[in-house]
Order: sequence, then structure tokens, then C-alpha cells
Amino acid sequence: MRISIEEVYETVRMTLDHHFDIRTVTLGMNLKDCMDRDLARFSARIAERIVQYGIRLNEAADQIEQRYGIPITNRRIAVTPVAILLEPLRRDIRTAVHIAKVMDRAARKARIDFIGGFGAMVQKGMTAADQLLMDAIPQALSATRRVCGFLNLASSAAGINMDAVARCGPMLKDLAYRSKTGVGCAKIAVFANAPEDNPFMAGAHHGIGEPDFSINVGISGPGVVRNVVAQNPDCDLTELSEVIKRTVFKITRAGELIGRQIASTMEVPFGIVDISLAPTTAAGDSVARIIEAMGVKAMGAPGTTAALALLIDAVKKGGAMASGNVGGLSGCFIPVSEDAGMIEAVQKGSLGLEKLEALTSICSVGLDMFAVPGDTDPQVISAIIADELAIGVVNQKTTGVRIIPAPGKKAGQVLHMGGLLGSAPVMDVANIASPGLLNRGGRIPAPVQSLRN
Amino acid sequence: MSRQTRPQVCIATVIGKDRVGIIARLAVTFARANVNILDVDQRVMEDTFVMTMAVDVSGANVPLTTLKKRLDKVAKALDLQITLHDERIFEAMHRV
Repeated sequence: MRISIEEVYETVRMTLDHHFDIRTVTLGMNLKDCMDRDLARFSARIAERIVQYGIRLNEAADQIEQRYGIPITNRRIAVTPVAILLEPLRRDIRTAVHIAKVMDRAARKARIDFIGGFGAMVQKGMTAADQLLMDAIPQALSATRRVCGFLNLASSAAGINMDAVARCGPMLKDLAYRSKTGVGCAKIAVFANAPEDNPFMAGAHHGIGEPDFSINVGISGPGVVRNVVAQNPDCDLTELSEVIKRTVFKITRAGELIGRQIASTMEVPFGIVDISLAPTTAAGDSVARIIEAMGVKAMGAPGTTAALALLIDAVKKGGAMASGNVGGLSGCFIPVSEDAGMIEAVQKGSLGLEKLEALTSICSVGLDMFAVPGDTDPQVISAIIADELAIGVVNQKTTGVRIIPAPGKKAGQVLHMGGLLGSAPVMDVANIASPGLLNRGGRIPAPVQSLRN
Repeated sequence: MSRQTRPQVCIATVIGKDRVGIIARLAVTFARANVNILDVDQRVMEDTFVMTMAVDVSGANVPLTTLKKRLDKVAKALDLQITLHDERIFEAMHRV
């Protein structure tokens, strides 16, 4: 049966009026076979691969975008965690910074706006190369524009590596002050249970369990879902869940089709569809506006956690029905600076850091893209990270933190980062350091897997 | 023996106000590009005139980007919105 005019009209309206797009197509790329004891030889190999495949990714995405008439908003590359690649090289911060610069130049040459993977898996302990990478992060991410970093500091199987967490506060403050306005901190996310196939920056990397290449896709943003919720103001919440499920089914199917077509054009394996709703500062493309369209008076007001729980569950059910390849983060992103509704909620006082933390216990990604005053104690930053990772570890889910200590700014002021990164209202934080906890070091043990009440 | 190319079906969607000459202009645009029209359907939805045209672009003598540019010109001249999508995107989204 040929498709009906109503069905065509629904999809076309989504693209014309509701920001229907493919949010990101990310090429995961193994670089382990490029490893060498000679930095120059290693650098030449990785640069060649990034440029060659980056150009091919853009060509394939352009071609598929034209054919299917659906915009592919971001094309990105994720590589093997760089700490692994550092292992055979000379133990010097300059080595790690040099690699970041090589990645940055190669991405620029291939017209790729972000390349992820400058990170390490340190949930249980750190090798000398892992420590070197962490020491290099402030220099590497402030001296480059396109390189993104990640650290996996905790997992439900290993617990929380508090030695690594303790290093993060000073590291992030150093990075904030080296990069003008603190924007460098927008390019690094720290995680518990980081997925190895996440297509979204800043946390994207190509995990060690992955094949040589894989195409991972992020589906359309929240604009489409916000629109169907707004169009159904009177239905009860069970029906609303059905409406959201049906819409997410459709946009997931579109995402999978486009991803498979790009993978087949590039002759690389298709990986996963990440069904996260990723907001942008464009009008209407906001998760906060979905919650408000559901009936919550203001994002962050009592009722928000329940509404978000319904939303995320409906998104997962629709997505899981649509594709057998759902993976990555697949939750709901509630970044502050990248979502116009979240920015407004913080500014008018309906959303604070404590409520944001509560919301992350049911959505997938954690405390994302929020600014704190520039004079926040490094140990407070580490402690905020520890708290957030504990939510992920205990609930066996991914949580992450992307925190920006805004140099010279106080609570209530606004940090403008520009472009995709948006503007972050600086949030109030209880600036009370707990050296007694952080200086103990060690590892918070993995939680018990039974006795789950 | 002539080689048969597999059809590549796209759906052109026209949204706006109904007026004389829409089908004629589109038919000429597609004919010039050697694109065969397979099916036409139209309806008024939410007070808006909507027309879909299923076309086979496998024999097109210009790239899709050029065809889209020509459709954009028609859209501008007639004050309409015209889009062109591969049919498979609709099948993926609306068929289980």
C-alpha cells in the first residue's frame, strides 16, 4: 500500500515546523592499531584516518540528507579512549597535548565540529597513562576547539574511584581559568557507567568492546514531542504516554533508516540508535517545554519529577518498539545552558541545583551544562561529582556531570558561551568543602546487587 | 537488451493555497528533469491545501540537489512550500 497523504503531511509538517531532524551521526573509530612508541609515526597514522573517514562521513551524510529530505544536524567522530593510546608513548604532558592538537587539526580538515574520546576509563584505578591524560586535560582542552574529553570515574560493578574524583575539582577549575569564560569545561563530561557507543558529545568515545568502525545515531530533538504533547491538552496521562510512544516510534525509525543508509554508503557497520531527546536553544526545541506542555506550571516546580518519569518511560517504550538497536545513553537530556526552557526556569527560581540532581535520578545523563560561581571550592566541585555518580552507581544507570566553574562570575549572572553551547545562568551552590571526606581517598565499594528495597 | 534501472520513488509534497497551474508547473519541472510522475493525491487538511506527487527519480537527468532547487523556484513563484523526500522515510515511520 502506497503511503497516505495524511502520513506524508504529518512527517512533512514535522520537518517544516517542529525541528524534525537527525540530531547527530557519529562515526566511532578504533585507533588501537595506530599505536606506536614513536609519537610522530602514531600522529601521522591517526591524522590520516580521521581526515579520510571524516570527509567520507560528511559526504555520505550530505548525500543521504538530500535523498531523504531530513536534515542531519551534526556529524561527529568518536575515537578509542586516548589514555589507552598513550600507553606506549613517552610519559610527558606535552605528548598528550600534542595528540589533542593532532586530533583537532584533523577534525578541522575534515570539517568535523567535535571529535570525542580524549579520556580514560578509571572507575577502579588509574594507570600511569591515565594519570598523565588527566593531568593534560586542562592544557589539551583549552588549546583545542574541537576535541572533547570524558572520564569514567565509577561503575555499578567497581564502585566510585574517589582518588580520581578528588582530582577532578582542581582539574576542572584549572581548565575553566585557562579557557576564556570557562568554555573548556563544556567539552568534558565525567561519568558513572559511561556507555561505549554514546553518539553525543562531550562524552562520546569508541569503547574497547566496539568493532573497527561503527555509525551511531542520535534521533531528533524534543521539538517534535513537545508539539504532540501540546496538541493533546485534554487527554489523561495514560493516553498522553501512548501519544508520546507513537511519536518516538516514528522518529526512532527515521533515525535508524538514516543511520543504516549512511553506514551502508560508507561500507562500515551500523551501531546503535540513541533515543535521547537532545535539546538546543532554538525556540521550541526544549525538554523543559515538554514538561510544561504536560501541565507542570514551571520546569522544576513540584510535579516535574513525576512528569519527567512519564516522558522518559514513554520515550524508551516507543524507541524500543521501533528498533532492536537502541543503545548509547537513551534517556532524556536536561542540560541547563542548551535548553531555553531550563535557562528560564533557573532564572525565575523554579529550578535549583538540588531539584536538578533529583531529576537526574530518573533521567539518564545527570547534571549537564550548568555553571557555578567562579570562586566555588575545587573540593565542592569534586563532591558534587561524587554525589551525582553515586546516583548512577546505586541505580545501575549512567549519570554524568558537565560543570562549568564560571571565572569571575557570581550566582545569578549569566555565562555566554555562544553557538551550540548556549548561555548558562550561574547557579547558587552551597560552597562548603568537605576535605574530611575527599582526603580519605580510596574507592566507594560497588553496591550490593540484592536486598533491593 | 535494455538495462532496467530500479525505480527510486520520491514524494513531492506541496503545502499552501490551491490555485490554477500548480500541477502544470510541477509536471513541466519534472518532465524537464526526465522524472516520471507515478501518482497524484490532494486534500484540504487543517484549512491547508496539501498535494502529494509520487515520482520516480531513477532516470533523472539532473542530480537531486538541482531538482530541489528547481522545485524551490516553483514554490517561490506560486507562494507554496514544496518538499521532496525518498518514499522509504515515510514507510519506515508509518508502517510497522
